[in-house]
Formats: sequence, structure tokens, C-alpha cells
Amino acid sequence: MAIPFQYNIRSIIVRWSSTLVAVVSIAGVVAVFIAVLALAYGFEKTLVSSGSPENAIILRGGATGEMESAISLDQIRIVQDINGIKRDKDGVGVMSSEVVVVAAFPMKSTGTDANAQVRGVSGDVLQVRNNIEIVRGRFLNPGLNELVVGSKASRLYSGFDLNSTVLFGGTSWVVVGVFDAGGSAFDSEIWCNADNLNQTYKRPQNIFQSVTVSLTSEDVFDTFKNAVTTDPRLTLSVEREIEFYAKQSESVTILIRVLGFLVASVMAIGAIFGAINTMYSAVSARSVEIATLRALGFKARHIIISFVTESVLIALIGGVVGILLILPVNHQAASTMNWQSFSQLSFTFVIRPEFMLEGLLFAALMGFLGGLFPAVRASRVPIVTALRGL
Amino acid sequence: MNSISLLLVNFRRKRIRKILTACSFAAALFLFGILAIIYDAFYLPIEIAGSDRLVVQNKISLIMPLPYSYREKLTQIDGIDLVSFGSWFGGVYQSERNFFVQFAVDTETWDRMFPEFVVPPEQWKAFVEDRQGCIVGQKLAERYGWKIGDRIPLKGTVFQGVWEFNLRGIFQGKRAGDDTSQFWFQYKYLDEQSDLMRGYVGWYYVHVSDPDRAVAISDEIDDLFANSPFETVTETEKAWTAAFIKQFGNIKVLLLSVGGVVFFTLLLITGSNMAISIRERTGEIGIMKTLGFSGARILFMVLAESLFMALAGGGIGLIMAKLFAMQGDPTGGFLPAFYLSSRNILLGLAISVLIGLAAGIIPALQSMRLRIVDALRRV
Repeated sequence: MAIPFQYNIRSIIVRWSSTLVAVVSIAGVVAVFIAVLALAYGFEKTLVSSGSPENAIILRGGATGEMESAISLDQIRIVQDINGIKRDKDGVGVMSSEVVVVAAFPMKSTGTDANAQVRGVSGDVLQVRNNIEIVRGRFLNPGLNELVVGSKASRLYSGFDLNSTVLFGGTSWVVVGVFDAGGSAFDSEIWCNADNLNQTYKRPQNIFQSVTVSLTSEDVFDTFKNAVTTDPRLTLSVEREIEFYAKQSESVTILIRVLGFLVASVMAIGAIFGAINTMYSAVSARSVEIATLRALGFKARHIIISFVTESVLIALIGGVVGILLILPVNHQAASTMNWQSFSQLSFTFVIRPEFMLEGLLFAALMGFLGGLFPAVRASRVPIVTALRGL
Repeated sequence: MNSISLLLVNFRRKRIRKILTACSFAAALFLFGILAIIYDAFYLPIEIAGSDRLVVQNKISLIMPLPYSYREKLTQIDGIDLVSFGSWFGGVYQSERNFFVQFAVDTETWDRMFPEFVVPPEQWKAFVEDRQGCIVGQKLAERYGWKIGDRIPLKGTVFQGVWEFNLRGIFQGKRAGDDTSQFWFQYKYLDEQSDLMRGYVGWYYVHVSDPDRAVAISDEIDDLFANSPFETVTETEKAWTAAFIKQFGNIKVLLLSVGGVVFFTLLLITGSNMAISIRERTGEIGIMKTLGFSGARILFMVLAESLFMALAGGGIGLIMAKLFAMQGDPTGGFLPAFYLSSRNILLGLAISVLIGLAAGIIPALQSMRLRIVDALRRV
């Protein structure tokens, strides 16, 4: 017969002060661990959700980002006729030829300038990116110096209220609308007409940086890519939009994970030492009790199981406290610099249910490691010597 | 028996538990070291950035160029004694994962503009004489095992094609925070091989003879180019670096909150351990008092024990952090200044002492005030 579970619960309550120490230290580790997962996931999700599966992005051959790319209008016209692109009612391929610049605007939070990605888009953009929704005002009129602002950008930078005038590139622009891009990277962007942006920045007209095309379905991507890359008149590279954005998130998520897990694992080691200590002192304080249990006929393994259970139980309480501590950051907004576009990207912490589960497993592991050695020690308490202490 | 030998005897008891307490201290101070390194990696560049150097960049954004002709105009401004410039290259070495900063630099002025980077004169001379020459920082050379004379190909991104460079020199930083993971090559090479930036440079560096006039001169520069197609923003290097780093978000708050959680936990663990080990010795302390040990001496002994564990554990943790930092940046290029400064080691030791004292003070006071009668009753 095993030692009743109630024995463990009671002893946790009786030794509440040293239990508290272990609970708090494990709660801290679990909170940091989940925060790291939520931060990295939130950042990744923002970029990955920016691409649609049936879209393909075309850049100059060899370019890794839009900044480094240039595509002439002649090439775009050739691409437009390639099979696989969705056509509108006049038979014209649905695509958006775009230019990007980075411009500095004051952040609301600090008052200092931060770089925002300004994207010059062309007429079809809302058909290509069908997850874009105008939430206030209206969309751009081509040919006018007008801006529509992503919902997160409008919150991040000051001066982007509806109908206000914004100065950049030596020209004034009117904010005519705010759009919501479903939490993707476009939410951190400011959009205007591509030709106007080229004019303002004195860039050659008819040169674009990327072309995003809407394909008839996901499956035609390979054929489409083949057709573009084998055409001798074109020196372009084609990528699925989803993969393009997923790659952008790589370096920053690596940074968050490496540093975050480094911190969390060192904290975990500290917490395990804490748990071992708590359990050791529990064992030595209860040597008489343990000897009594042994005298009653409980085997060494019963003692080990009982003490490990107790330690895991304490750790799980810590895990739950840690989850409760970190839950309020779920959906909290944060922003940082995206290295690939050299501009601010807003994202939110996303705590997924499995992160909480992983946090609990992590806590249980710490409890197990912390309880094992003291439990073995407890099972070896010499019955006679210990009982003499009575 | 003197206090020291009594202390030593006490250390031999409950050895495992003492080692564990010291280990949790070591883990916490190791973590402190890592957090301090990350903090410095972000904020040290601001601290060491010059306030007598100004950065002149395009008002629209850093990635927009400025005309080469501005060089002459800047030189003529009163109070400016040196003008240099650079351009971002953005090439890829072997794989996109190998990120490091590459600048096309003005060979005539760059070395005087950045005296904190030291290059042996004969290496600098070899660099200036070779149009395809390049100079890299010590850390970067170590990371890829480059030696002087090596041929280094970079795949251009903005500037197309494969660019070949000959390594002519390796520079060191004078101060610990100086970023020696940079790659410099001749601006003239870039200008001759690509027409993308011909007649333009990325940004200017300007050295002012009197740092107190830095702000006035910044305004003068911006006024000079106002209403031109290429308007400028001029800031001291310090302000410029600070603004750049702010874009990463509020790292200070993040590090302080993690640090806060850790130290609170640590204090709890050590504090409770000290309390437990003293409580177990209540009877003994009573006997010592009976034998004539003064309250102050007992206070001292308990505090000394707590302090010793804190310092031993903390010291080990800091040594481990230092060793870890010497392995170099674990993120592969994001934090070039991955370094544990002696200032932070001292700060870490001070924190250990503080926590050691804080954890020991309550049990120490309790045992000092302990009445012999109460203590012995428990025996």
C-alpha cells in the first residue's frame, strides 16, 4: 500500500513557509519561460500571417528583400501574361507592383523617431491582399498624394489621425484611411500610391521593387515559378509570399529564443537548487516521521514515491502561479525593429494553450529533479537512530 | 576555540545543503552576469559614442543617400575640423545567417575620425594602396578564422554581383565596448564598380573641435541644406545611437523585470535556508551563550556564515558568466559587444554581499536576542 496522498497535501500546508519559497521560485521560471515562447511566437505569427498561400512575390534575381530589388515595367508586362495568374473580368492579371521606402516618424511612446516602412502600392492591391479591410475613412485615390495607414502604425506613430497632413520626402500627404490587415506585418506599414512615391523620392518611374501576384490556386505556384525563371527575358526570382515573410522572422525569433531560453534555463537551475533545498530540509525535519512510516511497514520505494510526489506537487502549484502571473501579457502589444526591412514591426504576445502545458511540464520536471535526491535520502533514514530522537 | 575555527566547523555540517545554497547563488549571479552583458550590448554603444562626432544623414531616412558635393560644404563650416563619410554595403558572406556590418569608407579620413580603432600603420598603408583591400575587426576575423592576405568574397545584395576583397589589416578597439565585428573597404572601390551610388555617400561623420558647440553646429548644417532635394538631420553620435537603439523597444524594462524576479526568488531561497539552519541550531546557540559568547559575537558568526556562502556562490557564478562571455556572442552577430565588464563584476559582488547580509540578518538578530533559558528549554 502506498503512503496516502493526503499526507503530502497536509505536510505542504504545515510547512507553508518553505513551500512558498519553492512555489515562488518555480512560478518565476515558468512565467519567464512562457513569456519567451509567447514573444517569439507572436513575432513569428505577425510575419507569417502577412503572406497568403495563393500569392507569389517576385523580386530581382538574387535579392533577399524588397529593399535590394528592382524590376522594370517591361519585365512586369511580360510577367503579367504568364499563365497561372488570376485574371479580372477584362483578362488582366491581378497583381500589385510595389515600391518601399523607410521613413522616420516620431513614436507616440518615446517621442523619438523610428523607421516606418512606407509602401507604394498599385491599383489591384486590395484584390491581391484580400485580408486588408478599411476600418476608417476610405482607400487611396491613385494619382493623389494620399496615405492609408495600418492600424498598428496609426497607434505607434503620432500625427497619423484621419484627415491630418503628414510631411515626408519633401511633400505633404493627406491621411485618408486606416486599414486593418488582420495582425500581419502590413498593419505596421503606411501605404500610398507607387507612382507618387517614386516621384517624391526622385526615383526613376517605371521601376518597382517587388511584384505580388495572385495565382489561380496554390498548386500552380511551381509551374508559374518555372515559367518566370526560365524565361530568357526575365532575371527574376519567385517565392511563395508565405515563405518570404516566414524567412524574415527567422533572425529575430532566433535572437529572442536564444537569449530567452538562456535566461530561463539558468533560472530553472536556480529554482531546482531551491526545490532540492526545500525538500532536504523537509526530509531532515521529518526524519522521525519517516522512521515511523518505515516502522509501520512502508517500503523505501513508498517513501521515495511519496517525497517525489510532494515535490512535483509543489512545483505544479508554482507552475500554475507562474501561468497566472504571465497571463495578463497575452495580447499585449510590443514593437521592435525588423532587421530585414529596417523598420518597426508591431506584434502582440500570443500565449497558446500548449505553451501553458509546456510550462507545467517544465515545472513538473523541476519538481521531479528537485525531489529525487532528497527522497532517496529520506528512504535511507536509519529507523532505530531516528526513532531514538523521539 | 576562536570564531574562525568555529565557522569552519559549522561549514562542515549539512554540507549538501550549504553547497546547494551556494549553487543557487551561483546560478543567480551567473544570470545577473548574462543580463548585464545583454544590457551593455545594447546600451554601452550609447555610452561610448562620441559627443564630439556628429552624424549627418538624409532627413528622410538613413538608407537614403547624400550627395558627395556636401563634403566640400561641410568642410567650410567653422568649428568642423574633419569630415568623413561611409556607405552601407549589405553584402552576404557565404550564407545570410552570417550577419556583420560592412562599410565602404573614405580611406583619407576614416582612421583619424575613429581613433578608438587601432590598426598597425603598415596594415593601414597596405589597405589604402589596394583598391580591393579591406580591414576587419579582431572579433570578426576570429569568428571566420580570417588571416591577413585572405581573399574574401561577398555577395552583393543592393550592389549586385560578387565582390572580392583582400584582407589587408585587422583592427582592435581601445575600449571593451568598441565594436570590432565590422568590415571596412574602400569607398572608391564601390564607386568605381557600381553606378548605383555614384556621386552619393550613405552619411557623413563630422568632427567638431569644441563639443559644447555640437548642437549649434548641427543646426547650422541642417539649415545649410534645408529646402534642397537632400535635406539633412544632424545629431551627435551619442544621440544618434540612442535613437537607433530605442527602436528595439524597451529593453531596460524587460531586463529589470527579469532581474527583479530572479533576485526576489534568490532572496527567498537563501533567506529561508539561513533561517532553517539557524533554527536547527537553537540549542547550540543557547549553550554557546551559556559558555559566555556575547550576543554581538553570535550575530557576527551567523552573518559571516551567510556572507561567506553568498560570496562563494556569487563569485563562482560571476566567473562562469565571464567564461561564458569569453565564448563570444551566442546569437551569431546580433550583439557584437558581448562582454562582462569589471564594473559589472564588482556590482555583482556587491549584490551578493547585500543579499548575503539581508538573508542572514533576521536569523542573526533572532539568535543574538535569544534568551538562554528559552534556547536550552528546547534541548
